Amino acid sequence: MTARPVFPFAAIVGQDDMKLAMLIAAVDQGIGGVLAFGDRGTGKSTTVRALAALLPPMKAIAGCRYHCDPTTPDAWCAECHEKGKGKAVTVPVPVVDLPLGATEDRVVGALDLERALTGQKVFEPGLLARANRGFLYIDEVNLLEDHLVDLLLDVAASGENVVEREGLSIRHPAKFVLIGSGNPEEGDLRPQLIDRFGLSVEVRTPTDLPTRIEVIRRRDAFERDPVPFLDHWHKAQDKLRRKIVTGRGRLPNVSVADEALEHAARLCMALGTDGLRGELTLIRAARALAALDGDDAVTDAHLRRVSCMVLGHRLRRNPLDEAVASTRVTRAVEEVLGA
Amino acid sequence: MSASATWADALQALALFAIDPVGLGGISLRAGAGPVRDHWMTLLKEALEAGKPLRRLPLNVADERLLGGLDLAATLEAGKPIAQKGLLAEADGGVVILAMAERIEPGVAGRLCSVLDEGVVTLQRDGLSRTLPTRFGVVALDEGVTEDERPPAALLDRLAFHVDLTDVSVRDVDDPAWTERTLEAARALYRQAYANASARLAVTIDAGSSSTIKAGEGPVSTVMAGEGPPSTPLVELAPSLTVSLPQGVDGGPSPAMTKGTAPTPSSITGTAPTPSSIAGTAPTRSSIEGMAPLPDSTERTAPLPTAMEGAPPPHSAVVEADATAWASVCTAVGNDDDPDPCPIPTAPNDPAEALCGAAFALGIDSIRAPLFALRAARAVAALDGRTDITDADLGTAGRLVFLSRATCFPPPPQDEQEPEPPPPEDQPPPDDEEVVIPDQPLADVVLDAVAAALPADLLAKLMEQDGRGQARATGRAGQTKLSTKRGRPIGTRQGEPKNGNRLHLLETLKCAAPWQVLRRRSAGDRPPRFEVRRDDFRIIRFRQRIGTTTIFTVDASGSSAMQRLGEAKGAVELLLADCYVRRDQVALIAFRGMGAQILLPPTGSLTRAKRSLAGLPGGGPTPLAAAIDAAAALADQVKRTGRTPVVAFLTDGRANIGRDGSGGRPKAEAEALAAGRALRATGIATLFIDTSPRPNPFARKLADEMHAQYVPLPYADPTALSRAVRAAAA
Repeated sequence: MTARPVFPFAAIVGQDDMKLAMLIAAVDQGIGGVLAFGDRGTGKSTTVRALAALLPPMKAIAGCRYHCDPTTPDAWCAECHEKGKGKAVTVPVPVVDLPLGATEDRVVGALDLERALTGQKVFEPGLLARANRGFLYIDEVNLLEDHLVDLLLDVAASGENVVEREGLSIRHPAKFVLIGSGNPEEGDLRPQLIDRFGLSVEVRTPTDLPTRIEVIRRRDAFERDPVPFLDHWHKAQDKLRRKIVTGRGRLPNVSVADEALEHAARLCMALGTDGLRGELTLIRAARALAALDGDDAVTDAHLRRVSCMVLGHRLRRNPLDEAVASTRVTRAVEEVLGA
Repeated sequence: MSASATWADALQALALFAIDPVGLGGISLRAGAGPVRDHWMTLLKEALEAGKPLRRLPLNVADERLLGGLDLAATLEAGKPIAQKGLLAEADGGVVILAMAERIEPGVAGRLCSVLDEGVVTLQRDGLSRTLPTRFGVVALDEGVTEDERPPAALLDRLAFHVDLTDVSVRDVDDPAWTERTLEAARALYRQAYANASARLAVTIDAGSSSTIKAGEGPVSTVMAGEGPPSTPLVELAPSLTVSLPQGVDGGPSPAMTKGTAPTPSSITGTAPTPSSIAGTAPTRSSIEGMAPLPDSTERTAPLPTAMEGAPPPHSAVVEADATAWASVCTAVGNDDDPDPCPIPTAPNDPAEALCGAAFALGIDSIRAPLFALRAARAVAALDGRTDITDADLGTAGRLVFLSRATCFPPPPQDEQEPEPPPPEDQPPPDDEEVVIPDQPLADVVLDAVAAALPADLLAKLMEQDGRGQARATGRAGQTKLSTKRGRPIGTRQGEPKNGNRLHLLETLKCAAPWQVLRRRSAGDRPPRFEVRRDDFRIIRFRQRIGTTTIFTVDASGSSAMQRLGEAKGAVELLLADCYVRRDQVALIAFRGMGAQILLPPTGSLTRAKRSLAGLPGGGPTPLAAAIDAAAALADQVKRTGRTPVVAFLTDGRANIGRDGSGGRPKAEAEALAAGRALRATGIATLFIDTSPRPNPFARKLADEMHAQYVPLPYADPTALSRAVRAAAA
């Protein structure tokens, strides 16, 4: 059993927004997913793949197909409820790829074909089951069939997948962070879909020469001889991994002062974002960032850093305003929080 | 660039691609079907490594064939699921030929791109879950004629070379300088540079093996030993880019020497891990066991650098180069206790730097381009029998990879002292061993090589193309719509055959087939012979081209300009906002002086429309007939693409010049009326907005003749105008 080497997360040059969004989602999985939209060849997929290799492992009930968490019996699947708490094992956090061309039966799960041919009815969990407690990644999310996207969003929102097949009715937990990436030039994402992602980052090609050179250098070194490259980055990877772990531990204790809440509300009002989801996500992301940074309270600095990725995609589009969303957010941030 | 030079480049690209089809991604070949293309393809087939698969991908191939799926017949026969390999998995190690690549569906291109990126086909279909590794190169045969007919940009970005043979005739075709044997030798040389690239990481934990790396052990990384221009400080080349020679062959600098001159990480930052510190930190057992990946390969798990197949890793100076940049990464991810980002060390005449610099100067955004160029440069060197990269190699590689991607013209060279420009027209690419002027910075060498090959009209072309990629893509995305009723069939999905949905009988039966045993068993005494249930129903999905293209025909003549060109512009802007909401395309025709001119071909880019409108000058007579003709022609063109055209005229109707340029109101008016009648015959929805200060009777008459909706606009009220267009389009 061999695996293809994965470019280490710590070695990715630039793309700070995207990396930060991924780390925030790793600290607080309830953030509502990450959408990375942008130029070609900017390492969107590389970053997600790298995240898989970075995430700290988790505890799961041995033999459970949905890798239920032994510590939260409320969220167990039916089988775990039946059997009771089994042995806990450490498993890697699943980062499941939803390839274009996947059929619905493989996404939601269906009867096991092999057993069906011999006359047995056994549920074969799909990708949603595999992604439970982890990440579900869709590259080129804008090219995915509409009915699949709708289905994914429904499941992502409810945290539960319901399958009715051949007289069998299965219900299992499916809580995952949806990560979508794509290039707007190949087709836009439906606006109602964009809103449902918690964070959205715009990925741009680095424009300064030294960064670009460094990207090429590392990539070339990695492609030519991955082993020493990975060895070299091993320590940095470990450090980053520890940061996620401590961040998760700290998260419940990060306080949000009234002032921060007020600033978040004023920011959303200044930008005219619809609904409260923007404010909630803003606070949540800022809190995850504070935890990641090792801070005890959410400050304006945290709000400032996450404001673009939280609010940028929730603005009402004014087609004739040539200003990019991020500029509008930055403007509002300067107004509310001061330059 | 002359046709024979183009052909020479095409051959060069072919040879490089044949050396490393996988690493270079592929070639897009723009040429009509004909002897030239056939000849090129024959040469390609000869050049490719023998025994490797060559698969032709038909246009709009179904997922089942592309990615693979369930082999139903075999499955039913065997009584267990049998998977069928798709074309992409079959092509592993070889080449995929894409016919009519300019018409490929974005969905198919997306699948192809993701397989190219991943190197695996992830099959999640028909109850099957497989991961099939596959690496291949792509040859995209682009038969497009107009600028807009191009393979999807996402695909082009992943192909190193874009060759255009449209202007090459059979006369220009000659035989390549390489033979199969030289290619074979080049392949062997080239592979040395990537000798360790295919190292797979063993997941099994082997306690004995160590992945520690110690400076100075293993094969030595040497640098361009003794070759290249003498003034180049060789040892200072970025260590990560040096070519690894096999142990014992080197006569170059010792590792100590390399190490001594390369910037040591510790001198730059105190916290960056030095090689020695790494040597001491072999991955600890416990941390590895804790996260040993599951054997399930569709889940991406952490590959662990624990044990390696083969020899202990060669010490590569990569370690040093990269350590220095670590601090900047730390801060990038918000680690505040690390020191300030240190400057990334730059070595003069580093190939990566040169290629990045050139790509940057040519306005190439994608980071893939310099990566491809770097690989191409190595291949050029290998083709010449060398393992080191010279400036000339970089120039050739840059020319081949960057030329077609350039989006801006490099600034003219500042120094006039250049006596003879580096290899322009008829450069015999493979044999050119000459090293270019040593004093010149490397980036300029590459740039010059590209610039020398730039066709004279490139600048004009680029200006014309400005922003087109984006506009076209957005437009295309808006054009098609999935439908279950009409359009081009693009597959099936689960659903019920009601509300006009059409049942796909064969797919339905195929879906039902595997479950028959199960169903018969649960059916009781008299099971049906073949039972189809609701879950099995498959309906056909269609892709339908819909959408409206609003053609604004704006009067910019003197009479109009005097009155209210500004207001008309404002009105059009408002309309544009509307079109944007409906995801319509817009086109802009302006008429003044001697004729009408298409300022903006149909586009979804509002910004462009706005820009070209803002720059519209006014003045001159009113060639109304010519304007109507132009609008009708464009509308007809739009119609043929499957969209619905709507024509909006913004004019005061004071026609005073005929089609032939002769003045005189009566003749001009008669011609305009005739043109209007012709437009009416096409049945295109038309809106006539009279911009004259008082409603103009002739305008009214003309509008009636066109069967257009007539909107007098005595006082500017853009909102009313906008409403009118909406009504016309509805």
